[in-house]
Amino acid sequence: MLAAHAWRGDETVTVRPESLLEAARLLKEDPEFQMNFLMDLSAVDYQAFGKTLQGQGAHANTGIAIRQPMNVPTDEPWPGPATTARFEVVYHFFSLPLKRRIRLKVPVEESKPEVDSLVPLWAAANWFEREVWDMYGIRFRGHPDLKRILMYPEFEGHPLRKDYPVNKRQPLIGPVN
Amino acid sequence: MFGSQNFLTSKLESAIGWARKYSIFQYPFVTACCGMEYMATACSHYDVDRFGAGFPRFSPRQADVLFVVGTISHKMAPVLKKIYDQMTEPKWVVAFGVCTCTGGFYDNYATLMGIDTIIPVDVYIPGCPPRPENVLDGLIKLQDRIQAQHDGKPIPRPDPSERAFTV
Amino acid sequence: MESLETRDMLLNIGPSHPAMHGIVRIIAKLDGEVIRDAQVEIGYLHRGFEKMSETVSYNGVIPYTDRLNYVSPLINNMGYCMAVEKLLGLTAPERCQYIRVIMSEISRITDHLTCVGASAMELGAFTVFLYMIKAREYLWELVEAATGARLTISYCRVGGVKADLPPGFAEKTHKALAETRNVLKEVDKLLTRNRIFVDRMKGTGKISQEDAISYGITGPFLRGSGVNYDVRKASPYAVYDRLQFEVPLGTVGDNLDRYYVRMEEMEQSMRIIEQCLREIPGGPVLVDPESGRPISAAEMVDKGKMGRINEIAGKTAVTDPTLQGTGETARDTIGVAEKRVFLPPKEDTYGNIEGLMNHFKLVMFGHGIRPPKGEVYFPVEGANGELGFYVVSDGSDRAYRVRVRPPCFTIMGALPKLLVGEMIADMVPTFGSVNMIGGEMDR
Repeated sequence: MLAAHAWRGDETVTVRPESLLEAARLLKEDPEFQMNFLMDLSAVDYQAFGKTLQGQGAHANTGIAIRQPMNVPTDEPWPGPATTARFEVVYHFFSLPLKRRIRLKVPVEESKPEVDSLVPLWAAANWFEREVWDMYGIRFRGHPDLKRILMYPEFEGHPLRKDYPVNKRQPLIGPVN
Repeated sequence: MFGSQNFLTSKLESAIGWARKYSIFQYPFVTACCGMEYMATACSHYDVDRFGAGFPRFSPRQADVLFVVGTISHKMAPVLKKIYDQMTEPKWVVAFGVCTCTGGFYDNYATLMGIDTIIPVDVYIPGCPPRPENVLDGLIKLQDRIQAQHDGKPIPRPDPSERAFTV
Repeated sequence: MESLETRDMLLNIGPSHPAMHGIVRIIAKLDGEVIRDAQVEIGYLHRGFEKMSETVSYNGVIPYTDRLNYVSPLINNMGYCMAVEKLLGLTAPERCQYIRVIMSEISRITDHLTCVGASAMELGAFTVFLYMIKAREYLWELVEAATGARLTISYCRVGGVKADLPPGFAEKTHKALAETRNVLKEVDKLLTRNRIFVDRMKGTGKISQEDAISYGITGPFLRGSGVNYDVRKASPYAVYDRLQFEVPLGTVGDNLDRYYVRMEEMEQSMRIIEQCLREIPGGPVLVDPESGRPISAAEMVDKGKMGRINEIAGKTAVTDPTLQGTGETARDTIGVAEKRVFLPPKEDTYGNIEGLMNHFKLVMFGHGIRPPKGEVYFPVEGANGELGFYVVSDGSDRAYRVRVRPPCFTIMGALPKLLVGEMIADMVPTFGSVNMIGGEMDR
């Protein structure tokens, strides 16, 4: 385990990629957790985190000062990503008997974008992991059929990565416009 | 000498135009949100059958108007082109909703910026989604177009001073 | 005969096929009429929702959320706005919560009407479809009266809703619900004891509780299998904890059970709406004491121009979502009293400089709502199941990441399991009961 917090009441645990399977199995089988639902599986690309134009003090184009984030009443500031790794794979679990949710996060380095697959534990992981591979290019070790799901096989790159331009088109037919 | 035959054919052509415009067999290529308004137009409240277009054919071979309803993504584009190619002449295409007209506000890597980049379009019905009244207006404009083609008249264009919503 | 060679046939269904709702492709391996294997190909309506959300302001995402599940857009609006509110640490005022609940339950009914109607139509019961669309039309007129649009409504705002309920909304709602009840009664007569319908629905598309949970299925589909999970009960949001309603459960987990669950859920949704209309705290609409009608913003401006301040001092004008001049303004009952979050009412934007500046400060490039850095996950009960929004903020005016947990994505993931071993004709009712909505599944 790398870090844990409960910002805004969402219990969050960050674990090392090596211990993901172990942690997930514990969450599923331990009577204290009983996380029988894998509700959601996604990823976040932290490459541009805090570096977006609007996040800085002034506007790049006009030099107009940008006011700082508002001071909303908050118990404590959000601790932020636990490591400097580019990606984080985010799992949301839900326990039906205990009515409890847990978020599990796994940092993934850009140089080795690979984590263990959770398909043996939850069937729902199958399509979710395919989507993360499609959108972020993170591989899942032990996935039965890791291929693109939303984009077509001819598509190059992973569109939800922060360095993929939002309107870079790769049409199958017709002009690029 | 002044060809009664000519007279007859032109009248016949008009009659065919009349028959065609009131018996549109449409192929609804429904992909997205606009499909809900397409359903609303087709059902009792707005009743597209009053205009002779109430009979959807789900085979491109038997349809003569292709209603492209909803966003077309790059993944879907080859399918749309294939369907269009499979339709027999005469055929018309209606772009239903702003995504099919221009791509709408989905200006990103996944979507096609207007179906007219891959197939010719006869009538554009913008709106996100267009109201059923708007759809019926577009349908009537398509009927005018069909009739004009058979009458040998120039195809009606919108009066630029009017700035009509449907072309 | 046994020595004859048999080969499986590959049958491609979709993406343009009337029963596939336009955007799904199923490649079925057939042995005679029995499906031996099925591959489901999705993504034909991928429109880059998550990428677009990173390029627009927090309020700018709302129109995109409309088009996720376009049959029940109000629930998506609500889910997204409540996620951002959680990020900001704000709670919408009570009247706003009630309005949101009313609107999302209306949406749930329209969604179930469309689902049941379409799947009945695919089984040949065209009348049912026409009836159900008729009922949906009554509800949409209601939605239009409140929001100004039929389908893509963008009604919620971060911190509140766009406009208050219009005058006479309660009576209109009761009328529309009565019409819907009539239709449901008719449909119930047409379908529930209809031999053809029951024979095709019963025993097809069966899924056990364990499988459904493992596949992450939620919503009516899961409840059809008898698992009692409803986000509105398990983790109540808005005012659902105060409302009385039942969660209908199936027993077998086949298509017929899911049909029953959906029919009963519509009834429960109507019950919720009626309770909300009874309990909703007083509206902000100020009525002219003499004429007894709301004072419109335009009228107020006219009076102000003529210097008749006394008549209007201390009163609040009312706006219409169609901006034609009636409505509401005491916005603190439908939105949070936080000027850095909630957009000012339109008559303030157009009527005075403070309102205009407030509006600009929220919509101009580089300004806008700035939540603190953080991440939240907020689930609501969508029409198809748990609809979750996972929002990550880096302190700028745009969401760093918006992730939707699409309810029908997981159900479609289980579709091969549902289909294998059944006849090819059973694919139609099974797929119909999934209620696959492309915008939500492919985003």
